[in-house]
Amino acid sequence: MTDRVPVLKIGEVLLVSIQTDLDDQMVLDLQEDLSNRIVATGAKGVVIDISALEIVDSFVGRMLAHNAAVSRILGAETIVVGMRPAVAMTLVELGLSMSGVRTALNLERGLKLLRRIAAGRA
Amino acid sequence: MKDYAAECASLETVPVSTSGDVVSMRQMVRILAQRGGLSLVHQTKLVTAASELGRNMLVYGGGGSVRAASVTDAGRPGVFVEFRDKGPGIADLDLALTDGWTSGNGMGLGLSGARRLVDEFDIESGPSGTTVRIVKWAK
Repeated sequence: MTDRVPVLKIGEVLLVSIQTDLDDQMVLDLQEDLSNRIVATGAKGVVIDISALEIVDSFVGRMLAHNAAVSRILGAETIVVGMRPAVAMTLVELGLSMSGVRTALNLERGLKLLRRIAAGRA
Repeated sequence: MKDYAAECASLETVPVSTSGDVVSMRQMVRILAQRGGLSLVHQTKLVTAASELGRNMLVYGGGGSVRAASVTDAGRPGVFVEFRDKGPGIADLDLALTDGWTSGNGMGLGLSGARRLVDEFDIESGPSGTTVRIVKWAK
């Protein structure tokens, strides 16, 4: 299992598009890769696209919340985009509130939200 | 819970000893849920519950095996999944089923959350292992 989720840089934003069903090791690797890349690139924003994910269980949910918190300390705001409605309903019933994680319906809106946040900071 | 395993014509079995096996197990459960005609939300809830229980048996039970099958009850289709490990067992089941309680570094939502996501939930635990059985019905 050496598969890693690619972290792409576009301007001051890092884009993570999760396209495969993640095992726990891939989740842990992504967490580490992402924080390293934020520091290496000085990115101000991170967008994590989970539209291809059929489920988000407590482990992945925790990773998303943890990433958002770590990224914020490192100076980057995280937006999780593309969550499927069935996934959102399941997360709530599971008991994960995802508080502290900003979300947007899709990639386009996520990038817009990041620009608004950046403008507010400037 | 009824003994669904006994009345199933065909049970699919997968071993779970790595986190990659949990992914394969989830896919098996999803295919059964799709075949059984569960709605997308019900499929998602069942597969999420299976993911939590599969991880639990891997982390706390040292791995084990998962059996799953399509079942019917009074003409209503559903999916039965059984998680069996030979780990040390759970000392206090009531406590383990409490929201937010964790013996490891999780969030304590594995067992309690999985129970909420399915229609039937049954757990047996002793010094020779833990078995969890769940059923999700199509509605």
